[in-house]
Amino acid sequence: MDNANDANNAPEAEDQLKGVGCSRKRKEDARFIQGKGNYVDDIKMPGMLFADMVRSPYAHARIKSINKEKALALPGVHAVLTADDLKPLNLHWMPTLAGDVQAVLADEKVHFQYQEVAVVVADNRYIAADAIELVEVEYEELPVLVDAHKAMDEDAPVLREDLVGKMDGAHSKRVHDNHIFNWQAGDKDATDRVFEQAEVTVKQDMYYPRVHPSPLETCGCVASFDKVNEHLTVYITSQAPHVVRTVVSMLSGIPESKVRIVSPDIGGGFGNKVGVYPGYVVSIVASIVLGVPVKWVENRMEHLSTTAFARDYHMTGEIAADSEGHIKALRVNVLADHGAFDACADPSKFPAGLMHICTGSYDVPVAHLNVDGVYTNKAPGGVAYRCSFRVTEAVYVIERTMDVLAQKLGIDKAEIRRRNFIKAEQFPYETALGWEIDSGDYHTALDKVLEACDYEGLRREQQEKREKGELMGIGLVTFTEIVGAGPTRNCDILGVGMFDSAEIRVHPTGSVIARMGTITQGQGHQTTYAQIIASELGIPSDEISIEEGDTDTAPYGLGTYGSRSTPVGGAATAVAARKIRAKAQKIAAHLLEVSEQDLEWDVDRFKVKGVPGQEKTMKEIAWAAYNDRPEGMEPGLEAVDYYDPPNFTYPFGTYLCVVDIDKYTGVTKVRRFYALDDCGTRINPMIIEGQIHGGLNEGFAVAMGQELPFDEQGNILGNTLMDYFIPTFVETPTWETDYTVTPSPHHPIGAKGVAESPHVGSIPTFTSAIVDAFSHLGTTHLDMPHNAYRLWKHIRELDLDKRS
Amino acid sequence: MAKHHISFNLNGKPVEALVEPRELLVHTIRENIQLTGTHIGCETSHCGVCTVDLNGKSVKSCTLLAVQADGGDVLTVEGLASAEGLHAVQQAFVEEHGLQCGFCTPAMLVRAYRFLQDNPDPSEEEIRWGMSGNLCRCTGYQNIIKAVQSAAKKLQQA
Ligand code: FES
Ligand code: FES
Repeated sequence: MDNANDANNAPEAEDQLKGVGCSRKRKEDARFIQGKGNYVDDIKMPGMLFADMVRSPYAHARIKSINKEKALALPGVHAVLTADDLKPLNLHWMPTLAGDVQAVLADEKVHFQYQEVAVVVADNRYIAADAIELVEVEYEELPVLVDAHKAMDEDAPVLREDLVGKMDGAHSKRVHDNHIFNWQAGDKDATDRVFEQAEVTVKQDMYYPRVHPSPLETCGCVASFDKVNEHLTVYITSQAPHVVRTVVSMLSGIPESKVRIVSPDIGGGFGNKVGVYPGYVVSIVASIVLGVPVKWVENRMEHLSTTAFARDYHMTGEIAADSEGHIKALRVNVLADHGAFDACADPSKFPAGLMHICTGSYDVPVAHLNVDGVYTNKAPGGVAYRCSFRVTEAVYVIERTMDVLAQKLGIDKAEIRRRNFIKAEQFPYETALGWEIDSGDYHTALDKVLEACDYEGLRREQQEKREKGELMGIGLVTFTEIVGAGPTRNCDILGVGMFDSAEIRVHPTGSVIARMGTITQGQGHQTTYAQIIASELGIPSDEISIEEGDTDTAPYGLGTYGSRSTPVGGAATAVAARKIRAKAQKIAAHLLEVSEQDLEWDVDRFKVKGVPGQEKTMKEIAWAAYNDRPEGMEPGLEAVDYYDPPNFTYPFGTYLCVVDIDKYTGVTKVRRFYALDDCGTRINPMIIEGQIHGGLNEGFAVAMGQELPFDEQGNILGNTLMDYFIPTFVETPTWETDYTVTPSPHHPIGAKGVAESPHVGSIPTFTSAIVDAFSHLGTTHLDMPHNAYRLWKHIRELDLDKRS
Repeated sequence: MAKHHISFNLNGKPVEALVEPRELLVHTIRENIQLTGTHIGCETSHCGVCTVDLNGKSVKSCTLLAVQADGGDVLTVEGLASAEGLHAVQQAFVEEHGLQCGFCTPAMLVRAYRFLQDNPDPSEEEIRWGMSGNLCRCTGYQNIIKAVQSAAKKLQQA
């Protein structure tokens, strides 16, 4: 082979690999488009029974009695279990991810509406549904607490009787029976001093409503305990199967090696499927007790009202600045409504997640964050809904407050951001709240968007419209995310550090199987992980199979949420592949009878430097790894890597949104939404773009229509898809996407993670646009959701709807 | 509860089932006949992931009694591909990246199939309205619209 041929050969080989950077079509699609997906509710086992829940109609009540007789008498009913039945097993309460405990089935009293009170196990779901109606529960109603602001009043009803007098909380001293924790970050005194002397200060209260991720597949499981082998298998809708196995083992006493958790295909997660829910626990218990498989799948109403909500943060953002708009200090105060049990999915060191990334993309000299968590009579489990723990809230508070500052000073909101950005040459940048932002280039991103959208033109158009009395708003947000949880020194779940893993095996014929500690819920892992391996090993990605989600075969990992698969799992994949390549190099040197140093890597082969034609492809090396290797070398070609990242990754973006609001109806039309994301190295642009569309759509839903409201009795108002807004094809705007690439300096391939950015970034952009439509009339902030009714009310307050 | 003996054509093949009068078609398809491509997401006709084709119309099988399908013609995602290969809508969803978690996908395809029979050359606006009974949480719809457009073109050429 001569040199000229070589030169032609490499790009062709690279093409065939379909490696990093290629919009490779998704491997997983073949099964989904033919109805061959395998979701939890598709699992059927011989003798399987079906569980259904008796739920409380009251938000706060004492249980006086439970009578199961009529239910048990119904043919086809096998068991009715209550907290009293779980007590001897010590399973009536379970630990939460946030250091609290939660009743698996209500123990003497109920703490929120629809709380699980009893479980019925029957031949099928119809009989189970009949039987739950026959379980007679007598309640004595108790005063209800729904307003988080009243939780710590002197006369507030005490919710958690199990905690009375226990003032040492999991995270801090508790100062009231309904107090969960106080958490502070930053330098309070220094921040206060700057505020006292500042030329300009602004302060804005805002409420981030309680919303729900609501993937189309609800939560569920099939638990199967084999009494003879004492082996427990659980098929479960889980974003973190390994952690579930650890928790199940700790709770049940069954050795971890005899517990198998399988997350098959998952119909969307968005953070909702991280936690351990009572339905999972009771199905496992029922299977152990009855010795047959038990399935539990919740319906939509149960899903919306009891499995983990998100947000519910009352926030105040304050900025101290000079008259030019340069930030001097930031102060954030939060009252966090965590519901009846603190079951939030946050790393245990951060009671309010990564809220302290609230300094955003800005060079903030000093800052202080204060969060108080309280109990209310609402469902527990604030989850990281398409975000890293609390980044969505953090970005919302800083971006809203920046807009308020711009408005007060009469500086354009693009300009005030430009003035305060951390500059490209300042990275790595240490924030006032202690994070080291690894990389960024915010000015370029902002300028690109302003130009692409003709920002100045839009502002001129807005001016003209205002003169005609029309409402047009321009939203602009520049955000920085913190994803890739995480370094085990910062992040853990129940004490297990948040590393992740990959195990790669190259077979003699050169095809590859790789197993991961993460688990896909639509992110296309089967496709993208293979692309990383293809680029690293020179093996076509079509010949690489990826498996996840079965704890019997996959290496231990912390799962998929908070955009951590690419930053952590993807890094593990690259590192494991590099270990294989290092071994391959030794084998190649042996085969070519040269020293390792004489070899260079070229797409899919090792070549002897300067000697054309002297080369061994990865396929040849794979074969040799099993039958012709250097003396003393172990056969085989495989590697495993457990990757503990040195830092988080910090994707960022600039989003711009244009809205027109009808001043007679309050109806908003999103005319334009332009999203520029920088997620570092782009592994599969097609998948990235798809994820961005999805995230933007979920952001649109949150900003424009979603909320889980409660009345004073704690009744949840709106827990069906009739009331809870999920956009259809008709409401959904058209999305425009763009990108810049600023690789992460510490990630093996420079990738940062992307799927939550569009959600985190878009929500404040919508609010920014809505408020902007009214900003010339003095409006500085409007709380979400910005539905037509709420906007119409605001329009009436401003007296804008009069026809002249 | 007395059971009814029903028979219908499912994806072109005759099937029979013994069902309670209250049994929903989606359960008959999923549990009795064990074709699990048709999914359940809300059981209230809102999400559309249970959509099947009954006698040439899209229906939500979560709110239809199995007995109502007696004697009818039912098409589910499993019946879309033929001996010649995938249906144009299936191919287009892959090409245009019209799916992520895949949970809404089978019903989305069955609906797209019917929609394009009724309206072979739809505008974007018509696709949005025509498909609006099916929700998707992952894709933001944009690529599904593209997929329906491209399937329409392919079917017209065929
Ligand atoms: S399950 Fe039938 S429409 Fe949702
Ligand atoms: S692809 Fe997940 S719901 Fe549509």
